[in-house]
Amino acid sequence: MKYYRSHVLVSINETSLASGVQAFIAALRSELAKHNLSEEINILETGPLGFFGRGISLTVYPENVNYESVKIEDIPELVDEHFLKGRPVSRIMLDTTGKYSPKLNYENRIVLRNSGIIDPENIDEYIGAGGYEAWEKALTQMQPTEIIAEVKKSGLRGRGGAGFPAGVKWGFTAPIEAPQKYVVVNADEGEPGTFKDRLIMEGDPHQLLEGIMICARAVGATKAYIYIRGEYKLCISRLEKAINQAREYGILGTNIFESGFDLDIFIKIGAGAYVCGEETALIESLEGNRGNPRWKPPFPGVKGLWQAPSVVNNVETLANVPFIIAKGADEFIKHGTPECTGTKVYTILGDVAHPGLCEVDMGTTLRTIINEYAGGMKKGFRFKAALVGGAAGVILPDRLLDVKMDFVSLNQYAAVLGSGAILVMNEHQSIVDMLWSILRFFRHESCGKCAPCRNGTQHLYKLISKIRKGEGTMEDVELMQTIAETMFHTSFCALGQSPIMAIRSAIENFRDEFIEITKK
Amino acid sequence: MTLEICRKYAPNKDNLIQILHEIQDTHPQHYISAAAVDIVAEYLHVPANHIYGVLTFYTMYSTTPRGRNIIRLCESPPCYIKGSDNILRRLKTVLGVGTGETTKDGAFTLELCACLGVCGNAPVMMINDDVYGDLTEEKVEEIVNKIRGAK
Repeated sequence: MKYYRSHVLVSINETSLASGVQAFIAALRSELAKHNLSEEINILETGPLGFFGRGISLTVYPENVNYESVKIEDIPELVDEHFLKGRPVSRIMLDTTGKYSPKLNYENRIVLRNSGIIDPENIDEYIGAGGYEAWEKALTQMQPTEIIAEVKKSGLRGRGGAGFPAGVKWGFTAPIEAPQKYVVVNADEGEPGTFKDRLIMEGDPHQLLEGIMICARAVGATKAYIYIRGEYKLCISRLEKAINQAREYGILGTNIFESGFDLDIFIKIGAGAYVCGEETALIESLEGNRGNPRWKPPFPGVKGLWQAPSVVNNVETLANVPFIIAKGADEFIKHGTPECTGTKVYTILGDVAHPGLCEVDMGTTLRTIINEYAGGMKKGFRFKAALVGGAAGVILPDRLLDVKMDFVSLNQYAAVLGSGAILVMNEHQSIVDMLWSILRFFRHESCGKCAPCRNGTQHLYKLISKIRKGEGTMEDVELMQTIAETMFHTSFCALGQSPIMAIRSAIENFRDEFIEITKK
Repeated sequence: MTLEICRKYAPNKDNLIQILHEIQDTHPQHYISAAAVDIVAEYLHVPANHIYGVLTFYTMYSTTPRGRNIIRLCESPPCYIKGSDNILRRLKTVLGVGTGETTKDGAFTLELCACLGVCGNAPVMMINDDVYGDLTEEKVEEIVNKIRGAK
């Protein structure tokens, strides 16, 4: 084992790749070599770091200094000052002490605890961080019923949007006798504003695999499919690598840990359809069909992929499982509220000082998330509203900033936690415009299977376009509500049931804007 | 060529989406021809109309020839409020085509798409497999010119 004086962690993700991180690393290596530092300073390519830096971000250990938006031009100064003289370059440092600094909260993380700390492409680093201990425990020391009991006790709810208790879901599938059962992982993250699953998979792919393994053991599935969207190239390659490494180590395959249990995991790629995030549409797509949702019941837990019992879980849900098994449910429920335990990963966007991701306890208020983790509003902007939960979410005004963010509390305001996307709008942005954009999205993504959604989304788009142009009336505004309400009651799947939330919250909370624009 | 790609996969219907991806990605014009559909249909023992149904359902597939570079600009709410409409306008001017059209020299096809999951850098577009974020009107012009110059 080689020892280095210092480690430079470079975040490799879609964001930094877009900023030319590969060229940056090459330049950094040659600059270090020029100063004979190659043997002293180690460059490590890792997943998203603990903060969401713009462009290329670095963390330097042991000092634990974070840099963001680093450019190739900064390299000579960085090497000369920091690595030779030991003086961090404050000009490009991510400020973590100032008033507008984001909070890094490593101590409170479950899902992202390894992200940006280990090399996601190296299974040894995951194992070194305690990885696959939970899998071994689940396989060699626990009965499937015990695993399910532990997950039930943890209160873990599905993180894909609906918030259904994961242990209960597993409990439906486990007792069914069938020649083949499946675990299906929903990694078809398509909700506008959401990219938490991408960051979880890029930053720590083995943790997801471990969660899948434990779930498979609990329900008696011997095959698992990860359905991932075609655009997530880096996730796909990292997961493929991780699966191959796990196979090599005998963590996946036949007779794992000499327990007699077999399991293999496969990746299936989507082709761009929002509706495939709906579990039965996803299954249709896995089978090689158009992604039209199926009638429920039977639920996938009873008849899913190829009519076999299948547990469908979101990436973030499964990524929580290794912690629950390794540390115990009691440790997990220390986070969050009694009804919504654990943490939640949010992506915060729009006019905040530090857009990006954070993992905080369930029940943290929207105000805390924006002010402490995103560094507050961007200088010169005032908060107007936040779209919470993506297009299938709600628009919350400032008077609801202190609502606790969890599945139960938000329900009281007819709001949803959804996927955890928070899109912050400033006082100059128009709610009508925003709603228009949301309804354009739904019109495009309706799969066309059922009439209420197929026709309804078209109508809604026509109405909001008319209103946006200043040609609408308040009757049109009311009509939108009526149509969306009807869609809610009659649509086949959650897609058609969703537009009502954005429409109702926009009209209720910002009625004045609609009155104003229809007066013209 | 098409048949060679098919043979990499077991002849099961659930491999259809993967096969179509590979056919499209390896075709210089990034599309799936009617002839290719017939070959896949025979290989997988599914009706050609099923394949056509799948092709037209998913936005990543095209049944008509496209340019060497596919530009997919996100128009979802997070990108929209960051001004993706202005970016689209500039792209149309720079390329001289409308949405869904291909430039005369066959270099670019301009498309709109839903969320690409890189919203932290909105507005965002993908050109082939590469993501370009924090777009400005100047930046997109630069990117397009750079690709034009590189060929």
